[in-house]
Amino acid sequence: MKVIVCVKQVPDTKGGVQFNPDGTLNRAAMLTIMNPDDKAGLEAALRLKDEYGAEVTVLTMGLPKAEDVLREAMAMGADKGILVTDRVLGGADTWATSTTIAGAIRNLEYDLIITGRQAIDGDTAQVGPQIAEHLGLPVISYAQEIKIDGDSVVVKRLYDDGYHMLKAKMPCLITALSELNAPRYMTPGGIFDALQADITVWGRANLVDVDDSNLGLKGSPTKIAKASDKVRKGSGEKVNLDAEESVSYIVGKLKDKHVI
Amino acid sequence: MGLEEYKGVFVYAQQVDNQLSNISFELIGEGKRLAKDLDTDVTAVLIGSDVKGLADELAAYGADKVIVVDDPELKNYRTEPYAHALASVINEYKPDIMLVGATAIGRDLGPTVSARVATGLTADCTSLEIGDFPLNPIPGQEQKHKQLLMTRPAFGGNTIATIACPDNRPQMATVRPGVMQKLDKVEGAKAEIIEFNPGFTPNNKYVEILEISKAVSGIKDIMDAKILVSGGRGVGSPENFKILEDLAEVLGGQVSCSRAVVDSGWKPKELQVGQTGKTVRPNVYFAIGISGAIQHVAGMEESDIIVAINKDEDAPIFDVADYGVVGDLNKIVPALTEAIKAELAAK
Repeated sequence: MKVIVCVKQVPDTKGGVQFNPDGTLNRAAMLTIMNPDDKAGLEAALRLKDEYGAEVTVLTMGLPKAEDVLREAMAMGADKGILVTDRVLGGADTWATSTTIAGAIRNLEYDLIITGRQAIDGDTAQVGPQIAEHLGLPVISYAQEIKIDGDSVVVKRLYDDGYHMLKAKMPCLITALSELNAPRYMTPGGIFDALQADITVWGRANLVDVDDSNLGLKGSPTKIAKASDKVRKGSGEKVNLDAEESVSYIVGKLKDKHVI
Repeated sequence: MGLEEYKGVFVYAQQVDNQLSNISFELIGEGKRLAKDLDTDVTAVLIGSDVKGLADELAAYGADKVIVVDDPELKNYRTEPYAHALASVINEYKPDIMLVGATAIGRDLGPTVSARVATGLTADCTSLEIGDFPLNPIPGQEQKHKQLLMTRPAFGGNTIATIACPDNRPQMATVRPGVMQKLDKVEGAKAEIIEFNPGFTPNNKYVEILEISKAVSGIKDIMDAKILVSGGRGVGSPENFKILEDLAEVLGGQVSCSRAVVDSGWKPKELQVGQTGKTVRPNVYFAIGISGAIQHVAGMEESDIIVAINKDEDAPIFDVADYGVVGDLNKIVPALTEAIKAELAAK
């Protein structure tokens, strides 16, 4: 059984958000991490390796430094790492990104492709289903549980008001929620091996059945008209009183605003 | 084919178990506003099995036309037959704009359909406008008019971006539930009904539904609450949420919570406020023991009045609170409940 896991290197927006004195986002000061939903997808794949001896290939598209997330994935137990990087791929929206990744995956054999549901930088949740569409595969998104049943997968698919248990024949694509599992840690031996491991690097020339007009910024149907750091609602009052005074303060405000 | 052949604002009318979701009416309301600027009308696309009867309700909320795709294969939501239905409608009727709710269904259907009809999709929009792209003229580049400008948060809510789709049609967006305004219901309003069936032949992409499980909690939707008493990790334990429930009760409100509380298993996911939970805009939002991570703030900052209680005076929640109280929630919250009770009794 062969499993491909798509991962993305993202800035760590959770907790570690840094601002410049003028209130804008200080990207340079932010650490990068493996996107949490992707990491849960990787863990799901590694469990298939533990149970069925699946071969796990991690694939990422990004700048050359995105190699770091591949090494991290290999230190956790992935077998192979593929970095898709090329100047012509820069500025891609989800359409161009999914076209690129599908073009890379056409080189590979697979039974299952797992992506994260969404990345914490863009929060679009679009690339996974779009890869499936480009490759003509069934897609099951928002996976909370993944099991293998013969030549099929059985997936618990989360909805706003419950879940469906879905069965799809492989090959297929699944998008994973971070609630799926608790990813394992890298092992010291794994880290050592991963530092030595060969990473496969692919560029534009390695993409199969992909037209230049569908790549990078030029191949992106969506264009950014304007981007700005969010103007946050200004903070109001803040008081530091004893408990009794605090209660009077809040009650007073609720009365002023006719809440009570 | 020329882009000018694409006309009209289409919205995906999401239904589950033959009940229209609120987002469907919100999209019609927003669609009508956009359609006015474009001098066009709004078409709701209703997909399901035995759903034709829902068309009148869509009309009552402002839909001018309803395209009904009705087929037994569409009984429950599955990506493939629904994507085939919506993509076929787009290819047949060629809308200028296609809006889909950013729900657990729409965020699966939208990307699949956009890839199939080869157009762009902007996710999780919080504001839509008709305008020029580029916003200001750039020498050597054509400025296109009457474009859909789609605004959305990114980087966990730290930045906002406005996005256009100038060279492909339809211009597609998923829209966050709870943000757009639905119109007042006009009983008896009628829409033009168009029945369309592209034919459904199961293939490898049709997944099998083995089991359907509904959350049978009877919990009221926090998106409808006027007052929310929301707790975070600082509440300390699931048992201690009792003091929040008491406060909510005297105010006729409801309890909600942060992601940390859901992750700890203290409260169900449907009570979660924030980027991966629900967007709420109550009259009063109490943030109690919530530090105010940016992902949480993204889901509640539109509340009319925000009251924060936290023992950490540097907690980021104070940056968005109208009234911030630094202190011990265990002392303040029960006393606050009693004080409000006394106030209400005195009236």
